[in-house]
Amino acid sequence: MRDIIVIGGGPAGVSAAIYLKRFKLDVAIIMKDQGTLAATDHIENYYGIVEPVTGKDLFQRGIAQAKRLEIPILVEEVTGIDNFDNFIVRTDAQTHQAKAVLLATGANKTGLKVKGFADYVGKGISFCAICDGFLYRNKKIGLVGHGEFMREELEALANISQDIVVFTNGETLEKDVEGHPVVTDRIKALRGDDLLRVVETTAGDHQVDALFIAMGTASAADFALRMGAFTENNSILVDEKFMTNIPGLFAAGDCIGGLKQIAKAVADGAQAAIAIHKYLRNKP
Amino acid sequence: MALKITTDNFKNEVLEAKVPVIVDFWASWCRPCLMLGPIIEEIAKDLDGKVKVGKVNVDEEGYLAQQFRVSSIPTIMLFKDGKVAKQAVGLMRKEDLLKTFGL
Repeated sequence: MRDIIVIGGGPAGVSAAIYLKRFKLDVAIIMKDQGTLAATDHIENYYGIVEPVTGKDLFQRGIAQAKRLEIPILVEEVTGIDNFDNFIVRTDAQTHQAKAVLLATGANKTGLKVKGFADYVGKGISFCAICDGFLYRNKKIGLVGHGEFMREELEALANISQDIVVFTNGETLEKDVEGHPVVTDRIKALRGDDLLRVVETTAGDHQVDALFIAMGTASAADFALRMGAFTENNSILVDEKFMTNIPGLFAAGDCIGGLKQIAKAVADGAQAAIAIHKYLRNKP
Repeated sequence: MALKITTDNFKNEVLEAKVPVIVDFWASWCRPCLMLGPIIEEIAKDLDGKVKVGKVNVDEEGYLAQQFRVSSIPTIMLFKDGKVAKQAVGLMRKEDLLKTFGL
């Protein structure tokens, strides 16, 4: 078992890991992709940057820095986190155990940008199969997604109903869906009465009783929801020690909201690391 | 203590109550519901006498959950004079829930 697992390899996650390593803690970073930083092509407002750098370059420097300090970087997709006495972090490759977890996965996704979406959240639209799935026993369930996150949710939903249709919303299906029908057309709108009834795609209408959202990879807010951590406006709520309402579960960077700047993410990471160090020292 | 609300006592305890009633629709398999549980109990204690607080287990009381179109849990409703006055979905902090309900 490790002392701490950092999920996310951006500025918040790497900064935290560097400090945690210096505290001589057993820390590892689990990361999937390069996040929002790599999409930024021109950074010149960060301390010490003389000539502008690309986000991708800065991201890679961060990873190289962590590697030089002998911090293990595991390129795996986290599919779930369970908390009992300690944390169990499940990925598409294996299962890890840690005494604490830091979520630093970047900004949380906001759902589908289509007409009707906001109207039907909680009225047929759900972000969590294990939370709401049972309410739709043997009903017709739509599931939006195309990768590992979608497949995980499909597994949970398949215990509840056999009538499931997967909407990739224009993306290429990356995982086997075990015979469930797949709609690849883009979703245009969501309609219904006081509850969601219809998913309207570019190619036609599909009747549903519920629509579960599992687009792309799971973000920190998705884990928070499943674990019972407080969120507000899609940001994870943390105290002044960067800890959520779940003891040992910390969060830093864009996923907790606030200024979306590298400087802020780095500062979050450093402060979270110091708090995590204290937490682990005092943990019985 | 939050009251256990069932189809049998719903009319009497909720619809005909003389005070506003907070009803928490929950299930034992829902982690956010379990995290909300202690918050609901705290509200019951804090607002004792002013507001009644009850819980509906959606597995045992499927009819009530269906009647009120509960499609995501936890769903928390505020009943006033026998009608749903306010509604909130998902795990919330105590202060946010009370603010949403204007309590």
